[in-house]
Amino acid sequence: MNEERKGLKEKITNSDIWKSIFRHGYEKTGRRYTLQILQNVWLHLHPPRISRHALNFRFTWCMGGITFLMFLVTAVTGVLLMFYYRPVGQYAFRDIQALEFDIPFGMLLRNMHRWAAHGMVISVMLHMFRVFLTGSYKKPREFNWAVGVILLLITFFLSFTGYLLPWDQLAFWAVTVGTNMASATPVLGNEGPFTPKDIVTPANDVRFALLGGTMVGESTLLRFYILHCVFVPLAASALMALHFWRVRKDGGISGPL
Amino acid sequence: MENFIALISKPDNVPILAMLFLVPYFIWLSYKQARKTDKMGVPSDAELNDKVYVWPYLCRNEFVCAIIVMLILGVWSIMIDAPLEEMSDPAKTPNPSKAPWYFLALQEMLVYFDPWIAGVVLPGLIVAGLVAIPYIDINPKGKGYYTIKERPFALGVFCFGFLILWIVLMIVGTFLRGPGWNIFMPWEKWDSHRIVPLTNINLSYLFGIRNDVTASFFGFVVVSGYFALGPAVYILFRKTSQFIQQLGFVRYVIVSFLFLSMMALPIKMFLRLALNIKYVWVTPWFNI
Repeated sequence: MNEERKGLKEKITNSDIWKSIFRHGYEKTGRRYTLQILQNVWLHLHPPRISRHALNFRFTWCMGGITFLMFLVTAVTGVLLMFYYRPVGQYAFRDIQALEFDIPFGMLLRNMHRWAAHGMVISVMLHMFRVFLTGSYKKPREFNWAVGVILLLITFFLSFTGYLLPWDQLAFWAVTVGTNMASATPVLGNEGPFTPKDIVTPANDVRFALLGGTMVGESTLLRFYILHCVFVPLAASALMALHFWRVRKDGGISGPL
Repeated sequence: MENFIALISKPDNVPILAMLFLVPYFIWLSYKQARKTDKMGVPSDAELNDKVYVWPYLCRNEFVCAIIVMLILGVWSIMIDAPLEEMSDPAKTPNPSKAPWYFLALQEMLVYFDPWIAGVVLPGLIVAGLVAIPYIDINPKGKGYYTIKERPFALGVFCFGFLILWIVLMIVGTFLRGPGWNIFMPWEKWDSHRIVPLTNINLSYLFGIRNDVTASFFGFVVVSGYFALGPAVYILFRKTSQFIQQLGFVRYVIVSFLFLSMMALPIKMFLRLALNIKYVWVTPWFNI
């Protein structure tokens, strides 16, 4: 029986179909371990081998990886939420209510999206803290630190644009408070210093550009929705690819060398 | 007390509550490792060249870590519902109206500075300063391991900025600010009619200057004098200080400007809280 099963297994793993998908065997050799990384599109950003200390939780705190995981969770749950949500003043709030009360697992979906987003903000801050404490921004990793700072800003911006979408009191006023700052921009904001007030009015300053109006309204909702679901995630993905790539190119995860 | 309990149990404040535990834990974790390196020395080359295969060793760690995090996230999502208040109503302003928790340090700065500084200039400088860090910190030591001894200045400045000016202000903004953006202690009841008499005066007034023009000139002297501290220290100590010589002129100017800008916040906080100072420099165009 056992022999038979073994024979069947070999038959499958030696078949043309199997071999066309999986390019390596499963023998316990260094060559296979290397191929496993090099020949897998999802894993190939890793180097085949790393220093032992990079495995250590006490060194990395896993925070960079957790940030990426949280991004993936928000991306998946976000796409699912998009099926049920319309960014129009008339519908937005009702759609969230429907998610909570009518749609199976809608509440869980929304919770996961929101808490993963909050989790991402926490982990990205702690990741930056860790990278600073270990001096990992030092030569030759200066540029990657700068990319990381931009990614930190993008994380805040993603979270902030998403905050408006439920279109409830919490969302509306948090975003009102946040975007009011823009009108204080020197020269470009209506209430900022050095602003020529007859040229830069509340109807054409930077706050207006952000909101698509003189106050948070329907056009803000649409603007934030598109920024939140399309533009900023794309920018984040591009910069994340750069960030991970540079970790490799700058000599892998930092260590005392 | 009930207002404080309501704040703590607010679902959106769970992350900042988590930070209250996570940040001290990671400080302790890194401190322990830094102490070890400082006592025993940096790990040797032989130890560093000890390489392992990513598959299975790292991938296994990543997988286990992902499962644990997803479990936590799953439990969190099942136990605590995302908040949903009533439908947005531009005519009904809540008091206090707070930004999301991660922006509360910025909102807290609004107490001490006008919006163009607190909301635009200082955040801009924070970003510029963060990006500049690798280019102005030229200390080659302390790369890739925890240490305190080898880079006390860099660590001190960053930890002050991150832990005190970012995390602590965020906590103050989240848990201690109530109606009218007044400070309410945890045991106090929120009184939306509380009036805090703001007998604030400008710094020039404290010095007995009553004339507007003289006052703005005085403010100009104080602010530019403050930022001239950097160059002054350079001129005084460039011969004797190894630190300044290694940095070089351009880097030194950037470091001192960023450092003085950062310290302007705690200084202004002290002036406001201890001496009721509203502005240091008043002009017809802007106030600092």
